Amino acid sequence: MSLSRREFLKSSAAASAAAAIGMSVPAELEAAATKAEKSWRWDKAACRFCGTGCGIMLATTGDGKDRKIVAVKGDPAAPVNRGLNCIKGYFNAKIMYGADRLTQPLLRVNDKGEFDKKGKFAPISWKRAYDEMEKNIRKALKEKGPEGVAVFASGQYTIMEGYAAQKMMKGGFRSNAIDPNARHCMASAVVGFYQTFGIDEPSGCYDDIELTDTIVTWGSNMAEMHPILWSRVTDRKLSDPERVKVVNIQTYTHRTCDLGDFNIIFRPNTDLALWNYLAREIVYNHPESIDWDFIKKNIIFAAGPVNIGYGFRRAGEKSLTPVRADGSAGKYDAKEMEIYNKEMSKVVSELEGPALEPYGYKAGDTMKNIPGTLAHHEISFEDYKKSLAPYTLEYTAKLCKGDPEESLDSFKKKLQDLAALYIEKDRKVVSFWTMGMNQHTRGTWDNTLSYNVHFMLNKQARPGSGAFSLTGQPSACGTAREVGTFAHRLPADMMVKNPKHRAITEKGWHIPAGTLNPVGNQHIMKIHRDIEDGVVKFAWVNVCNAYQDSANAKHWIKAAREMDNFIVTSDGYPGISAMVSDLILPSAMIYEKWGAYGNAERRSQHWRQQVLPVGDAMSDTWQWVELSKRFTVDDLWGPYTLRNGKKLADVREKAYAMGYKPDTTMYEILFANERAKKNYPLALDQFPQKGYDNSECLGDARNVVGSDGKVFKGYGFMIHQYLWEEYASFGRGHGHDLADFVTYHKVRGLKWPVVNGKETAWRFNVKFDPYAAKHAKENGRGSEFAFYGPLAKALPFGNLTTVTDKKKKPLTDKAKIFARPYMDPPEMPDENYDLWLCTGRVLEHWHSGTMTMRVPELYRAVPEALVYMNPETAKERGLKDNDLCWVESRRGRVRARVETRGRNRPPKPLVFVPWFDERVFINKVTLDQTCPMSKQTDFKKCAVKIYKA
Amino acid sequence: MNKIWSNYRYLILRRFVQIGMLVLFFGANAWGWKILEGNLSSSLLFGFIPMSDPYATMQMIAAGAVVAADLLIGVAVVTLFYFFIGGRAFCSWVCPVNMVTDSADYLRRVFGIDRAQKMKQPIVRNARYWILGLSLIVSAFMGIAAFEFVSPISMMHRGLVFGMGFGWAAVAMIFLFDLLVLRNGWCGHICPLGGFYSLLGKFSFIRVHHLEENCTLCMKCKVVCPEKQVLHMIGKESLPVLSGECTNCARCIEVCDDDALRFSIRDFIQNKKMGE
Amino acid sequence: MKQEALSDRRKFILNMARGVGYAAIGGFLWSAYLDDAKASPLILRPPAAMPEEDFLKTCIKCGLCVEACPYDTLMLAKPGDHRPMGTPYFIPRDIPCYMCEDIPCVPVCPSGALDESSVTVNGHLDINTADMGLAVIDENSCIAFWGIQCDACYRACPILGQAITVEYSQNERTGKHAFLKPVVHADACTGCGMCEHACVTEKPAIFILPREVAMGKAGSHYIKGWDKKDESRLKDAHAIHTTTNVSRKKAVDKLNSGLEGLLDE
Repeated sequence: MSLSRREFLKSSAAASAAAAIGMSVPAELEAAATKAEKSWRWDKAACRFCGTGCGIMLATTGDGKDRKIVAVKGDPAAPVNRGLNCIKGYFNAKIMYGADRLTQPLLRVNDKGEFDKKGKFAPISWKRAYDEMEKNIRKALKEKGPEGVAVFASGQYTIMEGYAAQKMMKGGFRSNAIDPNARHCMASAVVGFYQTFGIDEPSGCYDDIELTDTIVTWGSNMAEMHPILWSRVTDRKLSDPERVKVVNIQTYTHRTCDLGDFNIIFRPNTDLALWNYLAREIVYNHPESIDWDFIKKNIIFAAGPVNIGYGFRRAGEKSLTPVRADGSAGKYDAKEMEIYNKEMSKVVSELEGPALEPYGYKAGDTMKNIPGTLAHHEISFEDYKKSLAPYTLEYTAKLCKGDPEESLDSFKKKLQDLAALYIEKDRKVVSFWTMGMNQHTRGTWDNTLSYNVHFMLNKQARPGSGAFSLTGQPSACGTAREVGTFAHRLPADMMVKNPKHRAITEKGWHIPAGTLNPVGNQHIMKIHRDIEDGVVKFAWVNVCNAYQDSANAKHWIKAAREMDNFIVTSDGYPGISAMVSDLILPSAMIYEKWGAYGNAERRSQHWRQQVLPVGDAMSDTWQWVELSKRFTVDDLWGPYTLRNGKKLADVREKAYAMGYKPDTTMYEILFANERAKKNYPLALDQFPQKGYDNSECLGDARNVVGSDGKVFKGYGFMIHQYLWEEYASFGRGHGHDLADFVTYHKVRGLKWPVVNGKETAWRFNVKFDPYAAKHAKENGRGSEFAFYGPLAKALPFGNLTTVTDKKKKPLTDKAKIFARPYMDPPEMPDENYDLWLCTGRVLEHWHSGTMTMRVPELYRAVPEALVYMNPETAKERGLKDNDLCWVESRRGRVRARVETRGRNRPPKPLVFVPWFDERVFINKVTLDQTCPMSKQTDFKKCAVKIYKA
Repeated sequence: MNKIWSNYRYLILRRFVQIGMLVLFFGANAWGWKILEGNLSSSLLFGFIPMSDPYATMQMIAAGAVVAADLLIGVAVVTLFYFFIGGRAFCSWVCPVNMVTDSADYLRRVFGIDRAQKMKQPIVRNARYWILGLSLIVSAFMGIAAFEFVSPISMMHRGLVFGMGFGWAAVAMIFLFDLLVLRNGWCGHICPLGGFYSLLGKFSFIRVHHLEENCTLCMKCKVVCPEKQVLHMIGKESLPVLSGECTNCARCIEVCDDDALRFSIRDFIQNKKMGE
Repeated sequence: MKQEALSDRRKFILNMARGVGYAAIGGFLWSAYLDDAKASPLILRPPAAMPEEDFLKTCIKCGLCVEACPYDTLMLAKPGDHRPMGTPYFIPRDIPCYMCEDIPCVPVCPSGALDESSVTVNGHLDINTADMGLAVIDENSCIAFWGIQCDACYRACPILGQAITVEYSQNERTGKHAFLKPVVHADACTGCGMCEHACVTEKPAIFILPREVAMGKAGSHYIKGWDKKDESRLKDAHAIHTTTNVSRKKAVDKLNSGLEGLLDE
């Protein structure tokens, strides 16, 4: 029977209308609609790209193996984007079908087909790939212990992938050397949240945009990086152009500035001083604007050491020895050491001298640096006030003005106007930031300084007011942070170094007490450095491009290619990391697997597998679970001695006592255990599984020959649901509540904590957050707020320079205002390297471009990375637009074309080069400086020179 | 070996010059060489000596263009050059179509097509002057350089330097016309550029000179000559070839085994005496 | 009857007449072909090209501009390109004009068909004054008009903020997003085609047309009273004569044509 077009329209319209009003459709009509639509199928998913978390719908057609994504539409029901998308989201349908998709495992081999570090890549079976991985992991464990096995993880993992990887790494291999690329992107925000609130992630949500009167962006090019949110900001501005103000605080003019009522261009790193200036204006000149009732009930003041270095290698590390007479050290030449030496001590500069005076330093002093530390202590308000004294309008304006062409008076006026906007009573203010404040040698400080201003004015955690950290990656929040795929974290804000947290996790995972490794210090730069030091012998790159996205990349690539180690990359496409690897595994991409992402406003969104992966590609979840089959209790759970001398106990006996045998595999313990098989059976005829593929659980029509050399037939239980529910169990009841697996397949995401089926829009606010209500009731302070995060909630007392009373005093449900000064970054322009280099993204390309550079339209729109510079800067160097020039730092140089007329308009002393283009490999030039507290790399500033190529 | 050289030396040199120029033009476009840029319509030698096609410029002026001084200087350079060297030296030493028509002519001889076509020729050799005149009139009426729009010479030359497109069709047309329809049909009858250079070359210095006393009347020269009518004196009188239609290709010189033809510098006084 | 030999003089005259006949036929055919071949209203010329009519007259088709272009933007029309043979042009969707500051394609032109003076301001070359065409947006297929946050054309524009600006308006359907619609400004757009090249739709939704084709023209009999600059259009103003169907007849003739019809029912 063929349904006429007219009949089809009628029946499908009836079906959707009925669905909209929640009525059941007569079965006959529904069947007709389904039949007519059989040629394509729409299903919901989340956009692959940024942290905004737009909802999309995917149309697929074809049967079995041949089902392919043919179209995408914005999901009109998604609250974030209401059916709209940005230009990258518009191309979600095209990202998986690039001509050079990786379809089978590839290994470097010699003529005889044996693995050879210097060999060429050749296709191998999954079994062979796992044989090689197993062999090399065993070797690494034997030589270096758990610290020798590392994973470059991702904020683009699905939540289940991240959880599976985390479980196998920390529970199986007892290694904490798993750290995501989110370390490069959100770590400073995280430590800022921990230090201020005691719990991760923003208090507000995107609805703040519609509710606020003032949007201030700090180091954030929202127009290009969060276009859908920016269009909401734009809409808000248009809705009341007089009342609503937009201010952009940036180191160069970009497209976000188009909408600004005014824009502040500041000298890199001096945003620290700008925040302190605002605080000073409040404390010294507008004390009446401080909400003392709020402060007394909810806030304490705090400070910590300032001499914490810049997150470089410290003197004495293996690759920094021996130190030679010419100034070079180990694998680093004299030029690089000029900057690296500042890790141990530095001379306080004229610029930062005044700011450091309250902390006991003045210009010309030598500051001896200790290793980065999170330690802090309570101080008095008077001490806090003292820390703000230096930030007069005069000092701040001179320090911060970033555009030499701008007059000091004009800059001062802007600072005053900005302060007035924040301070104005009844004016709601949202401060947004992204990488500018996070990728910062004092990123943690910068983040905490933002809350200071909002707290004093009682403009935080209220609808329409608050400082809000925007995430870059689609699941930096959902996977990296909430699941805790960081070296130091466990699920739901638990920490590896906290014995109680380890015990909870061990119990939840059904692994012996004492299995988890308490030392979690191998953050992403540390993993690179450990490879260079010969400590990490096996490293696996998952859902990221660790060799393109890390600063000072030449060192890490050399270490990977020239030393005795084994590097594996799982990817959809051959990026730089794949090129640098020894083994490449073909990964299923986003809509080729079941998954979930968590966006910047705490919204978790799930999707089903839409199509089968191409070639023999399999998901990262599968890759991890297959690896777990290769290792048994006896293989992994014996005693180890860590390099710091700490012992990891032999937990095998405890394991036997739990009923495990010496040869029980990690697969049986961590993944296919009895709980999983019993509680999460496959329900083929039930929602959400019904009618959808599930390559991990069911196998699929491709009949991929798996890691054991046999056709993979599936795990036989709903592993995605198991991983989700077990992971969620850690947060439920602790302010991290997630709904159940099936619910998420029915809704367009929910903002956690989800309590009694209701999402939470504003955390810590008694009116909106059930947890805040509960805590406020318990603490009896009668506050409208409760900052109930549990971390670092008891502090010693002291002043700006030292701890005076070591006894820890509790500060239940309180947040903190931190005294933190302006300090210079370690590398600033000088006579040899006379320009600031800032790196970042462009609208059209996602991160390292492995996906978007393969979409012809996006490639055509922006085919190469350009050097954006001021026309005067170009002229002084004899450069014209489109000329090739060298961008050279102490570490390396790249060649790129000059652009003076484009979207980014830097002031004279700064150039901007995006990093998406592997042919303009700008991370050869950047400096691996990090915030010493969060370990997040500062990609936003280093010194370069530019000359004609 | 020596025989090949003496019988083909000018031919080899001509091909060398023709191909060499194409290579230089091509290199300028493809690799940015700065030796000979542009094409035969207008070019730049060593980056500063302009050279322009006088006939194209005449059409442009006829069309009403106000042309730039650069172009006129280029025209002067080219005009003076061919005025001295012999106008139609362009045809035999530079023009790429020459290679096409020469090969058509060679094949005609090999296959004896000439002998088969003894009927009256459909076009007279003077047609080119008519077309030359017509092109200027059409240019004036249509407001564009008329011949430049249809010129197979430009199509072929531009095609070789900048990309052929359907230009090969024009080349094939000439080849087939010359091979099957009319001997020396394009260059000797139709081409108005050749016609223009014939007129320009009337007074040029370099001439082929016939020495009647050496001639054995073997007529090899007439067989190879693309413009036979200019060799009317062979075996009759010792005279220079004075017609502008001679292309100075020197094929007659190299096929002559009796040293009855050679290049000479024109002697104006002698010419005057002899008249023409 | 014995045919008398034609006299040389007669022969000559007859031959001449025949020649003229051939020439006339050839000339008409030739002209007709040229008339067709030169008409290419959608062709885009290098910067500083003279108006098309003059350009066709003046361009000697030497390709020096093509060779000077560092981006291989310019091409010479080949047979089969359906464009005036041998003349330089570009297709921005393939390779746009990158608007070099030193405009290398223009000074090399020997014939003046690329007129350096038209892109010279105060003795300096200024590519922003070039006029190769004008960008036109198809609002139906431009995804920015759907609400998609795409402004690839705006970002690609070498004179962004002048030649293309983004116009904000509220998206009533979603209630919380804004449209960011590109708007082309004819007075600043040079027609370089960077926008057409960057456009992400399958067939570009923004594309370059020769200005003559892309723009309408308001009569010079009305000048905007609120815009001083608009008075420049007065230079085209001329004495006005109008004729309509009603006014075709002379006044007297009309008046004398009687009252026929006026009193008809």
